[in-house]
Amino acid sequence: MKYWRTPLDVDRLKIPRGELHIIKERCKGCGFCVEYCPRGVLKLSDEFNAKGYHPPVAIKPQDCVNCDLCEMLCPDFAIYCLRAEDEPKEVA
Amino acid sequence: MKADPKNVLTGAHYLDGNHACAEGAISAGCKFFAGYPITPSTEIAERFARRIPLLDGVFIQMEDELASMAAILGASWGGARSMSCTSGPGFSLMMENFGLGIMLETPCVLVNVQRGGPSTGLPTLPGQADMMQARWGSHGDYEVIALAPDSPQESYELAIHAFNLSEKYRMPILIMTDECVGHMTEKVVIPPAEEIELLERKYTDKKPGEAWPFEWNGNGQPPMLPVGKGYKFHITGLTHDYRGYPIINAEAQGENVSHLVDKVRNNVDDIIWLEERDIEGADVIMMAYGISSRVMQPAIARAKKEGIKIGQIKMVTVWPFPEKRVRELAEKAKALIMVEMNFGQVYYEMERMAAGKCRTYLVGHAGGTVHDPENIYKVIKEAAK
Amino acid sequence: MNTKPVNQESQAAEEHHPMENLLRMDRIPHIWCSTCGIGTTVTALAAALEQLKLDLNKVTVVSGIGCTGRVAGYMKLDSFHTTHGRALPFAFGLHIARPDMKTIVFSGDGDLISIGGNHFIHTARRNANITVICVNNFIYAMTGGQVAPTTPISAKSATSPYGNYERPFNLPLLAASSGATYVARWTALHIRRLTTAIKEAITKPGFSFVEVIAPCSTLYARLNKLGTGLDLMKFYHDNSVIRHGIDPREADIDFQSKIIVGKFVDIEKPTYLECLNNGNKKAFGDKYRPYGGVNGNK
Repeated sequence: MKYWRTPLDVDRLKIPRGELHIIKERCKGCGFCVEYCPRGVLKLSDEFNAKGYHPPVAIKPQDCVNCDLCEMLCPDFAIYCLRAEDEPKEVA
Repeated sequence: MKADPKNVLTGAHYLDGNHACAEGAISAGCKFFAGYPITPSTEIAERFARRIPLLDGVFIQMEDELASMAAILGASWGGARSMSCTSGPGFSLMMENFGLGIMLETPCVLVNVQRGGPSTGLPTLPGQADMMQARWGSHGDYEVIALAPDSPQESYELAIHAFNLSEKYRMPILIMTDECVGHMTEKVVIPPAEEIELLERKYTDKKPGEAWPFEWNGNGQPPMLPVGKGYKFHITGLTHDYRGYPIINAEAQGENVSHLVDKVRNNVDDIIWLEERDIEGADVIMMAYGISSRVMQPAIARAKKEGIKIGQIKMVTVWPFPEKRVRELAEKAKALIMVEMNFGQVYYEMERMAAGKCRTYLVGHAGGTVHDPENIYKVIKEAAK
Repeated sequence: MNTKPVNQESQAAEEHHPMENLLRMDRIPHIWCSTCGIGTTVTALAAALEQLKLDLNKVTVVSGIGCTGRVAGYMKLDSFHTTHGRALPFAFGLHIARPDMKTIVFSGDGDLISIGGNHFIHTARRNANITVICVNNFIYAMTGGQVAPTTPISAKSATSPYGNYERPFNLPLLAASSGATYVARWTALHIRRLTTAIKEAITKPGFSFVEVIAPCSTLYARLNKLGTGLDLMKFYHDNSVIRHGIDPREADIDFQSKIIVGKFVDIEKPTYLECLNNGNKKAFGDKYRPYGGVNGNK
């Protein structure tokens, strides 16, 4: 990321990272998580679960920042995100 | 357990039936009353409102009878002994949530001070025409327990008995008085608190996670689960299983409804309370409940003087109907006569149980006043032929 | 239909959603449709309860009949699934017997406002310390999509097949004018603000009302050709306007037009039990022992 001015605490900035867990059999393929992930991490997969829905799959898991929006928006308690090791921020 | 002396106004009083009923409830430890004013039951609510604030209880006048019935169920699940009172039109409104009380197996007491009906009817005059509605008013299959006091003294005593029955059988109990008993003022003797026996609510002794709200085991009523102690139970008006979860199939319906029906049917010997007089060798047997059981006394006395062998049964419990007893009596007596302030409601149960083995008669009328004993006497003469 | 255990559903023993301690896992998956907003609202409630760190033994949920009414059956709390429209008086009785418990009513617009309307205005008038979460999907979904008192004008439904012509209720206005002391409206999409609003509503004493505009895909969206619940969520995204503190009179909702959300009312008024105790204290003086529930002040 390019900064106009380097932040004073740049050496302490860390980007949170998230570890996605998808409970595929519970998913009803609503697409809320895919639509509203701010980093575009998810996409509805082509596989089917037992109910015939397409559960999501993380296409860019490394971009997940553990914002928990997917976990909060999911109506079916089928996706959640755990805090993974934070990554130090890179300054351009 | 015994009644709390703080609640009991021990002594001799001059009270009307409604006031006595309220006192009975208070003596029984009732702490929550939600009701809606309706003549002729309002005095119960008013007395409660006056007495309960200093006894750590709450009186709420709700916005309508539906809310009242729902609120007493909620309060009962919260742990309070709760009651409401109403009359015919309100009774109709309460039916849906009465059914909910039956389905959720919630202990509480509902008093119907019957008045002339149907519809707005006769607000200030007696009737006994809600008896079948008491039995079948809510939709679906279930059994009820309904008590009928005949005097203010009995109104007091039956109120306590109703609370005990509600805890024992884990269901709403009906007290079907009428405007006459409700507004009649007589001597009521309230005993000392230590002479009043109360049944405590049976809560489960299992730990959270091991107990369910409807553990029907055919061995008495399932213990209740307390709210707020970690049981995190769920109950629903939908057909449910022992866990309280809705199960929508015929098997669950069979188990659920069988329990609601069996809990009374299997315990009729304990529940039914009849006061019989002169049944041995009687040719004519009178049956009545509530005020009618007193009104028929002059007619019975006159018939006795003329040599008619006449006995009488006062039904303190009207529902469940004393089927076994009536079947027995129909074999021995010549005639059974039912006296009630309606055009025939509980009478048909008596006739059905008699099964043609003896003659059956109804002394009924539309309500609005008690019977003229003369009319009762005429029917006795007819029956004795 | 509801008896299949969930264990077959979870693919691995270690997949445990963080909110499972608030859900009856033996009844998950729930019955709500794909893209229904009720599940999202339940997540908000679960998150609010967790963030508030309340003693979950002391929280109870009461709901009525309808799709939203099923919520009580899925939450692992002392929960009550009552009759249609009567969740509020039931909850009121429960609350009065047990003011030590936090009583939450979670029900739908038809259940709370139509058949329950009378109870709604009276419980709000009394300012009973109950939190009401009303999921408004503008329709009676469970019974097949009939018109509701919140259905916008011209919307189609099973009983307004040519378009609804009845003016709908403005729920924040109804709640505020009946006496609610906390009134907020959010959509299911505003999930974090909704969670915060639910937290505020729960902690605030008095009658707190949170309206949640939620998508109903199978009935409202389908009967009005609005796509799926996801399309409705996108609509909320593009058409919600946050206006904290406005007069609730301005928060009417027209069919497929702007939705004003925000916190509209947050005032202080004595609660029902405070009024009761004050009134009785005035009447009886020192003889009166304040009422604290059926267990006293435990």
